[in-house]
Amino acid sequence: MSDALKFTYEISGDDFTRAGEASGDAKRKLKQLGISPEAVRKVAIAMYEGEINMVIHADGGKIDVIITPEAITMILADKGPGIKDIEKAMQAGYSTAPDNIRALGFGAGMGLPNMKKYSDEMDIQTEIGVGTTVTMKVFI
Amino acid sequence: MTVAELINKDIFKVLVEGEETSADISKVFCCDLLSIAMSRASAGCAWVTVMGNINTLAVATLTDAACIILAEGIDLDDAALLKAKEEGITVLQTELPVFEAALAVHELLV
Repeated sequence: MSDALKFTYEISGDDFTRAGEASGDAKRKLKQLGISPEAVRKVAIAMYEGEINMVIHADGGKIDVIITPEAITMILADKGPGIKDIEKAMQAGYSTAPDNIRALGFGAGMGLPNMKKYSDEMDIQTEIGVGTTVTMKVFI
Repeated sequence: MTVAELINKDIFKVLVEGEETSADISKVFCCDLLSIAMSRASAGCAWVTVMGNINTLAVATLTDAACIILAEGIDLDDAALLKAKEEGITVLQTELPVFEAALAVHELLV
């Protein structure tokens, strides 16, 4: 891991005017590093969904993006309420997002399914009342 | 057809003229749910939607959409307008419904 490159983003909660900024910045940096467009797209989609989830459900958090010659790893850690039923949350169409979020075009219940679909590996560690850490990996 | 050529057709009102108007439009894409747009909008698409908020701009940027077309006379809100200018994303507007707006672009592409 000595040749790993790491970017860290602080995500503010409930701030939809800034949601997507971290993913946008990561996308630009990966492009500049010459990562393939396919891998960049996968990271951008997976990370954006995670970023939006943190804004909607967890009052923000922190995202680390770690780049090695083999893979891009995204670690999304929040101190939110935790996910009560991961199996349900992974089902396309299941959402606990409130109406004001749905009015913005979110809450389709596609967040976690998209994150799983666009990452090559995904792990979720969650504890009620403590927080959630999602680790996603895209191989390059 | 490039974004600039689409603008020159005068079918749509130009809300923001972006930086990459020489980009080719590959296809038309219609969707309002942003998570679906995020995973389905292909690079270079002309994205027809009625969602004119800042998150629409984020999705367009992340998916490399060629331009956004707001149907049904929908406007960008202030934050979204600012973001579109900052990010250099072309945003067009029409009173047409989504299908008619998309069809108008599609007919120019075939």
